[in-house]
Amino acid sequence: MNTLTISPSPHVHSGDSVKKNMYGVVIALLPALAASLYYFGLGALIVTLAAVLSCVFFEWAIQKFLLKTEASILDGSAALTGLLLAFNMPTNLPIWIIIIGSLVAIGIGKMSFGGLGNNIFNPALVGRVFLLISFPVQMTLWPEPGKNMTAYLDATTGATPLSVMKEGLANGETVSALMDKIPSITELFYGNMGGSAGEVAAVALIIGLIYMLIRKIITWHIPVTVIGTIAVFTGILHLVNPELYAGPLFHLLTGGVMLGAIFMATDYVTSPMSNKGMVIFGIGIGIITVVIRVFGAYPEGVSFAIIIMNGFVPLIDKYIKPKRFGEVAKTTKA
Amino acid sequence: MLKTFSLGGVHPAENKFSAGKKIEVLPIPEQVSVPIAQHIGAPSEPVVKKGDEVKVGQLIAKSTGFVSANIHSPVSGKVFKIDDVLDASGYKRKAIIIKVEGDEWNEDIDRSDDLKTDITLSGEEIVKKVGESGIVGLGGATFPAQVKLSVPPGKTCDVLILNAVECEPYLTADHQLMMEKGEEIMIGTEILMKALKVTKAIIGIENNKPDAIAHMSELAQKHEGITVESLKVQYPQGGEKQLIDACIKRQIPSGKLPIEVGAVVQNVGTTFAVYEAIQKNKPLFERVVTVTGKSIEKPSNFMARVGTPVSNLIEAAGGLPEDTGKVIGGGPMMGKALSSIDVPITKGSSGILIMPEKIATRKPVQNCIRCSKCVSVCPMGLSPYLLMTVSDKAVWDRAEEEKIMDCIECGSCSYTCPSSRPLLDYIRLGKGKVGQIMRSRTK
Repeated sequence: MNTLTISPSPHVHSGDSVKKNMYGVVIALLPALAASLYYFGLGALIVTLAAVLSCVFFEWAIQKFLLKTEASILDGSAALTGLLLAFNMPTNLPIWIIIIGSLVAIGIGKMSFGGLGNNIFNPALVGRVFLLISFPVQMTLWPEPGKNMTAYLDATTGATPLSVMKEGLANGETVSALMDKIPSITELFYGNMGGSAGEVAAVALIIGLIYMLIRKIITWHIPVTVIGTIAVFTGILHLVNPELYAGPLFHLLTGGVMLGAIFMATDYVTSPMSNKGMVIFGIGIGIITVVIRVFGAYPEGVSFAIIIMNGFVPLIDKYIKPKRFGEVAKTTKA
Repeated sequence: MLKTFSLGGVHPAENKFSAGKKIEVLPIPEQVSVPIAQHIGAPSEPVVKKGDEVKVGQLIAKSTGFVSANIHSPVSGKVFKIDDVLDASGYKRKAIIIKVEGDEWNEDIDRSDDLKTDITLSGEEIVKKVGESGIVGLGGATFPAQVKLSVPPGKTCDVLILNAVECEPYLTADHQLMMEKGEEIMIGTEILMKALKVTKAIIGIENNKPDAIAHMSELAQKHEGITVESLKVQYPQGGEKQLIDACIKRQIPSGKLPIEVGAVVQNVGTTFAVYEAIQKNKPLFERVVTVTGKSIEKPSNFMARVGTPVSNLIEAAGGLPEDTGKVIGGGPMMGKALSSIDVPITKGSSGILIMPEKIATRKPVQNCIRCSKCVSVCPMGLSPYLLMTVSDKAVWDRAEEEKIMDCIECGSCSYTCPSSRPLLDYIRLGKGKVGQIMRSRTK
């Protein structure tokens, strides 16, 4: 007779796995990758490959030679970090800078905390912010869309809508005059503007969001609250003085808001565990983003906002608990 | 929109292979071993000794307290011995072993199939009789039924809820019982309503059993106060707290019983047993058991005597498949893995599930990726990831603060976890420890 396996219940499993979730996010990023290749051509391909390969390599090397643990690169999380890092960089960035960024992202952002699941800050953003501060010139030269299909380091560059707006307002120009200098809202929606590799095409990122919601990889809480908060905050400012503050659509469709709200802020490891916590996290990101963009020195603030809020996640999780069963009954009685 | 409970829940593959299979009477085995601890509460005290002749339905062990239950002989024959035998819990525990001779029933049991609709006993008499008949919750919890029917002073009950959800995948015992004994269950419901002095009863059935919903709804029209509620398929809807929430939108506060919100829940199988006890004078000694599994030849529903070895049921369903890796007493979400197929079935055995080897073991555990899926599926609104960590690190005060005792052990967290983390294993450990600490505090 067979020997019987004994284990406590439950005896069945959903079949969900880390791998499925990670590759699910990668699939959700494919439309944005396609858009990136469409607008930035060869440069987008080189930057993406360099970032993905170096992130996977560093994770493997650190696990094999430093930690001497079993390699976990097949779970897809390192590849995902690489992809997200690439999406946050201009497509004319030299490979050696990308390699440094990947090392910081994986080495400092992830493995130094204990690997997948233990890092406090989004690894791709740690790499990105490190590069932005260390290489401010290279990180803010943006290839122009559609004009650089076969160019890489030699790509012609131009200003992004956000920097046009920031500098113009600083020089005393009005919002309505500046809106004429940048692509129309429809073009912004399709991504026809300068910017980081994967952030430009809002439409592609939204397709990715819908896919992740359908597959239940993420919930709506973080993306919707980030986008909603930015829309409300910039909307109020715009109503107060439409010539000094750009409208919500401009803010939502430019820079890294869509990429940040949909793919960076929703990183499992560095976001809160409860729905209420996620809402607070999302609102925080929205407010900080707008404050940096409108009142700060940088034209863009999504990365900083997410990293700052990442730091608050342990605190949010400590004080914001999911709604418990039976709590409602108690409060209504009392 | 169909009703369901408010928080969390999962929907595992239903795999109801034995649905629609007529209840077959399982042949009486040559020998039965009847454990004296097959209900929640104090074990019963044997009232027979080695060599005694017993009849079917004769009291063989008596209840030893308020939360305890009588046990009646499931067979006729001679008491062979009273000894420790391996039971479904995996421990050796005391059981009464009877060698079967013939099938002679106690004379006062009405063995006819006639439906008896007149309820002659008073409410108090019903509760007493239910207690005497050894009826316990047949959904699997095996809580003595008369305790739930005795509404404590100061509390009122305004609705009886019948648990016909059968939310565990694979199991079909309750489903089939409703299809074949619907009338009896209706009378049983009226009996329970009389005992509880309520005018309203709701039968909660998940809508993956449309035939049962249609059948019971039709029957309910002839019985005043009884309605059928069709519920969205969602595990663990059969949990008492979840079922009350789903049916009448009342949530039981932490640490309290259903009566706190004016409800009493009984399983449909239990209700049928109540009918038989009150109208037919037949104590609880047999029940419907589903025998099922992906590779079992003949998934079936059997009417089996308590104390029958599990191996007899498996044999009747076509034998133990070659690829068997695990045998579970109960359903896949909350059932217990059996260490041997020689253990006897008890009052709480709703099913025997045979799992093939390749799905019998767990996947390797990975790091928590904080995906928060365990939090979103928890029907009690707890944070399983955190409870696992505090249990692992033995931070018991924190575990208590995080309401570890609210956990109903449904297993939705472990089922869902993409990293295959043994969340519930650690939570059980924590519950045991915190429970101990809380009890020592009140002493």
